[in-house]
Amino acid sequence: MAAEAPPTSSPQHAAGPSGPNHGLRIFLIWLPLAIAAVLIIWLVWKPHMPPGAMSTTAADQQRTIAVLAAVAAPIMLFVLLYFAYSLVVWRARPDDDTDGPPIHGNTRIQATWITVTSVIVLALFVYGTVELYASNGAGAGQGQSPIQVPGGPKLQVQVIGQQWKFTYRYPQFGGFETTDLVLPANEWVQFNVTSIDVIHSFWAYQLGVKADANPGVNNVAFTKVSHTGTFVVRCAELCGLWHGAMFAYGQVMSPGAFQTWARATETRLASVTAQLPPFSLTYDPTTVAQMSKAMIAAGLTGAPGLYYPPQDVYQP
Amino acid sequence: MSLPARISLLVVAFLGVVAIGAFVVIHYFLYNPPLVDYSSGVTANAGATVHVVMQEAPENTVSTHPDWVSYFIQNPQTKAWEHTTLFQVPAGSRIDMTIYGFDGCTPLRNNYWGKVTGVLGNVVDVNGRPYSFINSWSGCNVGHTFSIPSINLNVPMATPGLLQSNKPGLCPTAPCQPGNPSQVPYRVMQFSFMTPHAAGEYFWQCRVPCGGGFVTGFGGPMSTIGFMTGSMTVVS
Repeated sequence: MAAEAPPTSSPQHAAGPSGPNHGLRIFLIWLPLAIAAVLIIWLVWKPHMPPGAMSTTAADQQRTIAVLAAVAAPIMLFVLLYFAYSLVVWRARPDDDTDGPPIHGNTRIQATWITVTSVIVLALFVYGTVELYASNGAGAGQGQSPIQVPGGPKLQVQVIGQQWKFTYRYPQFGGFETTDLVLPANEWVQFNVTSIDVIHSFWAYQLGVKADANPGVNNVAFTKVSHTGTFVVRCAELCGLWHGAMFAYGQVMSPGAFQTWARATETRLASVTAQLPPFSLTYDPTTVAQMSKAMIAAGLTGAPGLYYPPQDVYQP
Repeated sequence: MSLPARISLLVVAFLGVVAIGAFVVIHYFLYNPPLVDYSSGVTANAGATVHVVMQEAPENTVSTHPDWVSYFIQNPQTKAWEHTTLFQVPAGSRIDMTIYGFDGCTPLRNNYWGKVTGVLGNVVDVNGRPYSFINSWSGCNVGHTFSIPSINLNVPMATPGLLQSNKPGLCPTAPCQPGNPSQVPYRVMQFSFMTPHAAGEYFWQCRVPCGGGFVTGFGGPMSTIGFMTGSMTVVS
């Protein structure tokens, strides 16, 4: 058997004390490449990474992505460099028919590899957890009992998902509802995200905010927008026929302009607001008291209080 | 079996599979109801006025889903009612819309959509009376809505009335024919809006959960083009 045969050696494999130090070679090639990659990622690429830096949460996400890329790039470079070095230096020559060295493992290399990768993974775990906590949830929905809440006053904005449009209520301005999402710059915003039909997902891309809109659940997310401008709002949960068209633009104003807009809209929509249910963190359209009369008139259920109850659901 | 026979059999089988696949794609995935053209002979972006006529009917006796509510669009040339929700209009033009509302009421899940938005004057004329808001929760008032979200257009459709809303009193056969309201009750909704200057597809939908029996009332006819949702094609 080949394993029992005396080891043969070829000039390439005989990396003895007089041979080249391959490890040092690889390291010396890898080191400047890794430094260059990290500098390029941090100084050149990072400012253009998604989702931008329009808000505190977006900037946090951008920095996190850049950190992960900066950590991953040297590792990826090492793997690719080792692969290329092997192809060039240790490839079989046309006149070389000898076997390779009978390697049966290297405890030192294995221990080093396991230790290094474990340290990297654990460090990323700690970093990710700290970032999630330190940046007030990183713009993600934290459920109805958020763990990390920014201090100070916050503008409350309720996001209501429905097929196929988001509407927004402003409880600090009489609870008016509108299809326009307008926010002030440099103020903390608390999004209270819910749905009145199926599951949607509120995704304000440039703000780095993404929170599922579940019926009967108030999903809270925070952000603080850094400057005025526009941003895109999309639904990120497949919610039916026109899910793909469920997008719009939001606007960030100066605090003064926002106050003017909010007061004017509150006044303009006062008569409509009077016909809406009182502001609540969630809504259940199947049990709206005011609807009973209309439901009875429509003959939908024969009894007030239920509106397309779940037990009637069927699909074609 | 000889080699030529086996090859022939293989080719025939292959063509058969291709034909079945093509049939499925064409019949089920590429099928669309007809497009009613209101743009013919009208110059886009010239401020022209186009009169579009539609109706919403409580029963749908012209399809395989007779219990599904449906919109119909009137062909401007033949005046026939087409069972479709696709229509084409010129860009940058004024659309004078007339919708006959034959269906009974269903409350909105969100009463906000009782508000009229995106139309000239922000009112809808219901039998000649202007309304900026129709409350679907205070009685049998709203049957459907006509909504084009991308241009923020939303118009609630009034029902024939509380006492006339029971199904037996409503139009029994689609498409309904506007005539004597005392025999077949209906309301006439009229509003106007401007089409965008940019050509494109602008989907429209009903916001009343009138897909009774489906999840949240938004399945069935609410999610099927040709019934309660469709597209306005704007051409320039």
